[in-house]
Amino acid sequence: MSSNQTPPTPAHYVAPLEETPLVAVDAVKVGERPSNLWIDAWRDMRRRPMFWISSAIILLVVLVALFPGLFTQVPPNDDCQLSNSNGAPTAEHILGFTKQGCDVFSRIIHGTSTSLTVGIIVTILTSVLGIVFGMFAGYYGGWLDSVLSRAGDIFFSIPYILAAVVIMSVFSAYRNVFVIALAIGIFAWPATARVLRAEILRVKNSDYVMASQALGVSRFRILIRHVLPNSIAPVIVVTTISLGAAIVAEATLSFLGVGLPNSTMSWGNDISAAQTDLRTAPQTLIYPSIALSITVLSFIMLGEVVRDALDPKARAQR
Amino acid sequence: MSDRNTTSPQTASTAASGAQKPLLEIKDLQVGFQTTGGIVPAVRGVDLTLMPGQTLAIVGESGSGKSTTAHAIINLLPGPGRITGGSIVFDGQELSSFSEKQMEEVRGSQIGFVPQDPMSNLNPVWSIGFQVEETIRANGVATGRKEVRAHAIQVLKEAGLADADKRLKQFPHQFSGGMRQRVLIGIGLSARPKLLIADEPTSALDVTVQRRILDHLDIGTAVLFITHDLGLAAERAEQLVVMYKGKIVEAGPSKEILQNPVHPYTQRLVAAAPSLASRRIQSATLASPTHHLSDLDYAPTKVTEGLDLIAAAEERIEHQPKVKRPDAIVVKDLTKVYKIRGQGKGAAGSLTAADNVNFSVEKGTTTALVGESGSGKSTVAKMILRLEDPTSGSIMIDGQDVAPLKGKPLLDLRRRMQPVFQDPYGSLDPLRNIGNTIAEPLSTHKVGDRASRKARVLELLDQVALPQALITRYPNELSGGQRQRVAIARALALKPDIVVLDEAVSALDVLVQAQILKLLADLQAELELTYLFITHDLAVVRVIADNVCVMQNGKIVEAATTDDVFDNPQEQYTKELLNAIPGAGITLGV
Repeated sequence: MSSNQTPPTPAHYVAPLEETPLVAVDAVKVGERPSNLWIDAWRDMRRRPMFWISSAIILLVVLVALFPGLFTQVPPNDDCQLSNSNGAPTAEHILGFTKQGCDVFSRIIHGTSTSLTVGIIVTILTSVLGIVFGMFAGYYGGWLDSVLSRAGDIFFSIPYILAAVVIMSVFSAYRNVFVIALAIGIFAWPATARVLRAEILRVKNSDYVMASQALGVSRFRILIRHVLPNSIAPVIVVTTISLGAAIVAEATLSFLGVGLPNSTMSWGNDISAAQTDLRTAPQTLIYPSIALSITVLSFIMLGEVVRDALDPKARAQR
Repeated sequence: MSDRNTTSPQTASTAASGAQKPLLEIKDLQVGFQTTGGIVPAVRGVDLTLMPGQTLAIVGESGSGKSTTAHAIINLLPGPGRITGGSIVFDGQELSSFSEKQMEEVRGSQIGFVPQDPMSNLNPVWSIGFQVEETIRANGVATGRKEVRAHAIQVLKEAGLADADKRLKQFPHQFSGGMRQRVLIGIGLSARPKLLIADEPTSALDVTVQRRILDHLDIGTAVLFITHDLGLAAERAEQLVVMYKGKIVEAGPSKEILQNPVHPYTQRLVAAAPSLASRRIQSATLASPTHHLSDLDYAPTKVTEGLDLIAAAEERIEHQPKVKRPDAIVVKDLTKVYKIRGQGKGAAGSLTAADNVNFSVEKGTTTALVGESGSGKSTVAKMILRLEDPTSGSIMIDGQDVAPLKGKPLLDLRRRMQPVFQDPYGSLDPLRNIGNTIAEPLSTHKVGDRASRKARVLELLDQVALPQALITRYPNELSGGQRQRVAIARALALKPDIVVLDEAVSALDVLVQAQILKLLADLQAELELTYLFITHDLAVVRVIADNVCVMQNGKIVEAATTDDVFDNPQEQYTKELLNAIPGAGITLGV
């Protein structure tokens, strides 16, 4: 190469082949196990202690709700003696007594099923309503979307606790687990519907939807087969978290005195009954509250874990 | 790394320079990405030297480390990226030891940067003028309102925005992609940097726009140009660096590398680049007295086998029927008018996406519908596929008008005509496994039982050269090219006569693109398929199509055989498109 040229011409450099051996173009690497969003999310969750902790607590709560007899032999109501009113813990009554002289621990154990039932019914109700409304509004669009979304907006604009207070006051004669669940659920579903609608709007414009259309797959079948499964992940996150919120809502209504009747054992009722004796017998208030907090926290934690596992953005940062 | 026996580019140039000092000198650069499994190397010992005023292009496929190298220079590596070794000397300063604050001084004022995506790199809430002026102020090029403004107008004009003074107050959404890229180039050059790094500055743009924009980049500043298109690199840069798997495999003067590629990887790139292949076919057929591709006597070398576009084109021509066949598709006066919401009160307007389109496709042949974005080519494809309803006109498939079809006859039509779409990452349902995806057409049309469907899926996987083990796997394990193969297999499941390929290879790396083009050609010969090939890339057309229809603004402006369109273009627009194919004026041995 001549040195008086400007700019100079560097030599033609070729790397030795062994440094970067050629590999086949676009060779298929088949991994050991299949992987998709759900499989990956499961693998991801399995590695997190928070997933196991929250799942274990939820499982325990479910067991307690189904078989309270396994956890306490003391009857929650029948054995109450006013002489024990607000009594301190003893060996057989480890958390002490309520104002009516009932066993606090036993009442917590027997009240679990109420809280959980309300939570589950509300969740089923909000998911079904939310999925149906969100799915059709997002997928079919047009006037159907306008009608469904505005309906959702009307329900969304009223805080669901306030709405539930009104409903429960009006239907005070029919206070039971199902009515209270209905009162909470009927105003809580628009959040689920909105999340799903947004996701469906994104997914329905995918090329794979167009490819299925070109194959002759019917519109409804595309919705069920391709669009809904690809949009459901955020709904699951919202649902898990809202199960905890529903349990809180039941407790709130019972605390306000418009929830379940006093004859029904529930954490909310116990907390409500205990508020007057907070100074003299804190155990009557604190222990049901702890049970409530731990249960709700577990659902929220599980929801967070699921969200992290399903959200590819959060995944990329790790 | 330093004790190489072969001449490395930087030793050669430092020996040669003498009087002139290099502007940028990178030695043994190592870049890695921190992951949970340790550091994954992305750049493994890169050396390069850039003299003042020179243009150097880094070419490579995605994942080759070309962009990472460029980003490492100005320390703009994404999140977990770290420079793990080597030195970057710019204008006598060691950049790799610079603090973030020192780097900010260098960025913009000494090294300008033009990013890849013009659509997302301008802030939509600020006016264009504000964003250019911001850069000018930040780099202290000019002070005082008037001076800054005058300077902004000047740099935008230099970047090719002729009416810059009028458009300063406008916002990014009022600019087209090409205009935005000009603004970004203007911003990159606003502080008169000594070096401009352009990271695939025109990949997202139409070819004619690309050409005009790159013409404006030629301004005497040293340019480090990142691209995946070897033809474009050779046309625009004196120096070429070919990267593969984080290393430089070949470097030197552009023309020399193109004419005499030594490293097998470079040979592959040269063989697979559509722009170069079309130029080579052009010069070869023009030189031969008969002017026909089929008369070319061309043998690919062992390394480039299966990737050589000229060989693929030749083979395709040989398999073409010599006799005239009946028309598979006849499109007559096809028109599509979209109603659009206009700006301002009640100003509903209409947009004619396809305007009296007429063409026909002979059975077993390929017709390419070529045009730039917005030309209406995809709309025509969607109408033929009956994914959109035509406003007027007729579409005859084997003599039957399909435009009014509904219900069962439409379902039967769908069996005979299948699409393959552009985005390999969007065209497969991520939650369905490959087997179910390919079998979906069979189950939709109730063809066969479970066992026979599975057998057909396995056969299709063979046909598109994918391992049968993929049947239970999900799309996220596959690369773009492999996904596109799955999409092709799905399209072929019902044994259609017609396949509509809507930009089916546009999103792929050149080598993968060449492979898929070869696969398409093989399948056409084997199954006598009729292809309607929608593309913006005229270079690809040269190797895949028998006939070409050039579309502009919803109209077909020129329709002829591929040879005619390339050898003897009639329309000004077609000539412009042909001239915009990169690699003009580079003499290549066939």
